[in-house]
Amino acid sequence: MIADIKAFLSDFLVLGDPLIYGADISIVLSMVAIVFVLSYFKKWKWLWKEWLTTIDAKKIGIMYIIAALLMLFRGGIDALLMRSQITFPNEGFLDSQHYNEIFTTHGTIMILFMAMPFIVGMMNVAVPLQIGARDVAFPYLNALSFWLFFVGAMLFNLSFVIGGSPDAGWTSYTPLAGAKLDPGPGENYYLIGLQLAGIGTLATGVNFMATILKMRAPGMTLFKMPMFTWSSLITSLIIVFAFPVLTVALALLTIDRLFGAHFFTIASGGSPMMWANLFWIWGHPEVYIVILPAFGIFSEVISTFSHKKLFGYKAMVWSMVLISALSFVVWLHHFFTMGNTAAVNSVFSISTMAIAIPTGVKIFNWLFTLNKGRIEFSTAMLWALAFIPNFLIGGLTGVMLAIAPADYQYHNSYFLVAHFHSVLIGGTVFGMFAALHYWWPKMFGHVLNEKLGKISFWIFMVSFNICFLPMYFVGLMGMTRRMYTYPEGLGWMPLNVVITIGAFGMGIGFIVMVYNIYWSARYGKRDKTGDPWGGRTLEWATTSPAVEYNFAHIPKVETADAFLHMKEKGTTGQISKAPFKPIHMPNNSGKPFIQAWLMFFAGFGLVFEWYWLAIPAAAATMLVMAFRSFEYHDHHYIPVEEIERTESATGRLN
Amino acid sequence: MSSVASNQSNKPYEPLEYSTEDGRLRILGFWIFLGAEIVLFSCLFATYLVVHSHTAGGPTSKELYDVKEFMIETFLLLISSFTCGLGTHELRRHNAKGIIIWLIITLLLGLGFIYMEVNEFVKYATEEGATVGRSAFLSGFFVLVGTHGAHVSLGILWMTSIIIQLAKRGVTAVTARKVFIVGLYWHFLDVVWIFIFTAVYLTGMVL
Amino acid sequence: MMNENVEQHNAHGGFPWKHVIGLILSLALTLIALWIVVSYSFSTTFTLASIIILAIFQALIQLLFFMHLNESKSRVWQIIAIGFGFFTAATVVVGSLWIMAYSL
Ligand code: HEM
Ligand SMILES: [Cu+2]
Repeated sequence: MIADIKAFLSDFLVLGDPLIYGADISIVLSMVAIVFVLSYFKKWKWLWKEWLTTIDAKKIGIMYIIAALLMLFRGGIDALLMRSQITFPNEGFLDSQHYNEIFTTHGTIMILFMAMPFIVGMMNVAVPLQIGARDVAFPYLNALSFWLFFVGAMLFNLSFVIGGSPDAGWTSYTPLAGAKLDPGPGENYYLIGLQLAGIGTLATGVNFMATILKMRAPGMTLFKMPMFTWSSLITSLIIVFAFPVLTVALALLTIDRLFGAHFFTIASGGSPMMWANLFWIWGHPEVYIVILPAFGIFSEVISTFSHKKLFGYKAMVWSMVLISALSFVVWLHHFFTMGNTAAVNSVFSISTMAIAIPTGVKIFNWLFTLNKGRIEFSTAMLWALAFIPNFLIGGLTGVMLAIAPADYQYHNSYFLVAHFHSVLIGGTVFGMFAALHYWWPKMFGHVLNEKLGKISFWIFMVSFNICFLPMYFVGLMGMTRRMYTYPEGLGWMPLNVVITIGAFGMGIGFIVMVYNIYWSARYGKRDKTGDPWGGRTLEWATTSPAVEYNFAHIPKVETADAFLHMKEKGTTGQISKAPFKPIHMPNNSGKPFIQAWLMFFAGFGLVFEWYWLAIPAAAATMLVMAFRSFEYHDHHYIPVEEIERTESATGRLN
Repeated sequence: MSSVASNQSNKPYEPLEYSTEDGRLRILGFWIFLGAEIVLFSCLFATYLVVHSHTAGGPTSKELYDVKEFMIETFLLLISSFTCGLGTHELRRHNAKGIIIWLIITLLLGLGFIYMEVNEFVKYATEEGATVGRSAFLSGFFVLVGTHGAHVSLGILWMTSIIIQLAKRGVTAVTARKVFIVGLYWHFLDVVWIFIFTAVYLTGMVL
Repeated sequence: MMNENVEQHNAHGGFPWKHVIGLILSLALTLIALWIVVSYSFSTTFTLASIIILAIFQALIQLLFFMHLNESKSRVWQIIAIGFGFFTAATVVVGSLWIMAYSL
């Protein structure tokens, strides 16, 4: 009996590794600390009422962004561990298994649990305000999306201490990731964690498409929308049509692993390459999902801080529309080397190069926006300016990789690792950092300190190049991706040392940014105007942070850059002008939170193949959905007196 | 017939389910979701077609599929799509009773379909040794057709809940929207079935 | 096909012509497809091509006659959503078959 329990525990908990004991202890300690702080300050009720049950897009956006920053931290630690292991030849800091786990969790977390929530968070924060709406189309669903993402991320991270991490790479290629070669819960965590988060993301896509298509302020035609809203619309469109592919791929591999099907096995006629095929049908559109919103942000930031209208608005839009379609027809470039026919490789090679054209168009539009502008070097603007050359390097090396025969050389080398970090960090992460500084006052009512912001920018940006430029060369020298150590005498060491120095430099830059967040919360300049940057779009027309209902009166839009136009005409006061009318708002609800956690337990049951847990939890999920269907009183009106009170508290009501 | 306030005569006719902002949003949202469902099923179709010949020495599609059975399944679903459409037709006349009757008929046809499908699966498994784990082809078959079946089953539960709500509340802007959307879902499953009928059953007789 | 005005008259009463025609057409197309296959009198290519075309027509019948795809103020968006869905679906199916052709 006791032996049984011991055996169970040693499978269930990951034992015998000091790093993981450290993690266990810090998880327990931080849980205790959180519970203590919440109880001590009597904040449980506040937490429940203001955050866990909220369906306000602004707050949901903030929660997404906090989660993304935490995940950036975890993924960053993973990166530093990897770099520490491969700085010098023949190191023994991590063994091969451990290294496999770490690059897997690093890649998965960075893409699915850092980049995605960062982007969706920014969409939640900015899109309703930019189009002059009071919330998204389906606020309840929006909360559910967030909580599904959240529990998916929790489940994935749990693997570290319970059961063991996945270790087959973020691409989880079969047959390696199949039950035969990789038994145990690790890969199941990957499959189920991503599944939950992915369903949440799909719902977000539907939600924002409906929001942007139907809830724009009167007068805001499609071609008067801010560019970030445009990019969010196109991103949502790609999400809606790409994420179902991920859903299916994950489900099929889950069925393979749990129920003995043969989709991707070698035995019984399975087709392992079909996994790569499905994965990248989703995977390539996914890279546009994480880059287009960044493009939108750069457009806003560059136009605002050049004090100029965005150059080539229509070309920007049409190039995104083109990208949305093209992004679905290039996926094979991720596996040119699988040995397909020349015809297949050529077609996908050409379609891949074609996608560089609309992207190039956008780069020129930003340059022409800067041209003759009155440029203000704010921190947000610095991130945007640094994006252009850094992303260009990633883009050009991307075109090199698109040449199928040449890719036989580059494939799965550090050249590739350098390429995708150039676009992911130089594009997505820089974009999110720009957005963070740009919209911070809109989220929290104070600006981030510019000096600290610039320090963190320079440290991070320079270190980024120290880290990733040498990777191109070490890749060309033959170092392959995902190798946990390398032998002496290949001449790789000097570059690897430089790379690691750069990696730690980025860590320092990130720490300065976090310190800036702390410092600015305490001492930062409060934003009383709602418009700290001389903004052009509607989110700057309301207070910082925006009131619950965003706008007391929905603004009327006549041109693109609607707020700028209002300022020129002197009509900005209209938004807060009495008399008011009661405002229709949806009620908060705890159901999304509860449903997501039930799905977490269903997922956890599946990970360990504990059907006694999975089935009841799934049934309970259905029950919550049924309750929701029978709920008819899910909205309320904010009375006029309350609007008057709120508006005069902001000093906008004369 | 017009138990609920009808549209003013000078306004263009607007069905009840579109009469509120919320209703319009949800209907559009559901269409977008159906777009996503098309892609979801397309992946299952692609996988099934890729592994169709990978029978690993197990039963092949020619040996398994039975014309009579899948034709009955097809007719049940096609007719249920029609009766569900009549439900929407009654909805436009604000006739709660009419809607309920047609939806119940739809449900019964749907149940008949599920009954046939379960029987078919059980027969394959017990008589032919055809299970999910037998071969890649059978994995593809059971998961594609089974996913459709699971959708139909969910649709049955959903439709039941909406019938109850309709009986309790009559035709309102909210229930009208719900009836309309569950109808969209049901017709959509018929569209998927048409492709299963074509790409799985008919094609399986030829190739 | 019926235009919206007819639909509006229908909506206020009358016989559901649109649905009946939809049903008859879909039953007919199903039977034609079945016949093409079980008669075994055509080449494989012709058989497959024609049943796929028939299926696409069937889908259009459901979308237009039963699902009212082209009504409502957002019909453009509805059509784009379904259209993009079919575009992606076709890419996925045709692309996968082509890429995986070596193993078919
Ligand atoms: C501090 C910054 C970062 C550093 C130092 C870093 C470092 C690394 C290294 C060394 C590897 C590959 C290891 C190997 O193949 O052996 C890697 C892989 C990867 N990284 Fe990063 N990374 C950073 C940030 C990011 C970010 C921000 C993203 C995404 C938004 C990202 C996405 C990925 C992905 C997808 C992989 C591939 C994982 C796999 O092979 O399965 N990384 N990173
Ligand atoms: Cu790609």
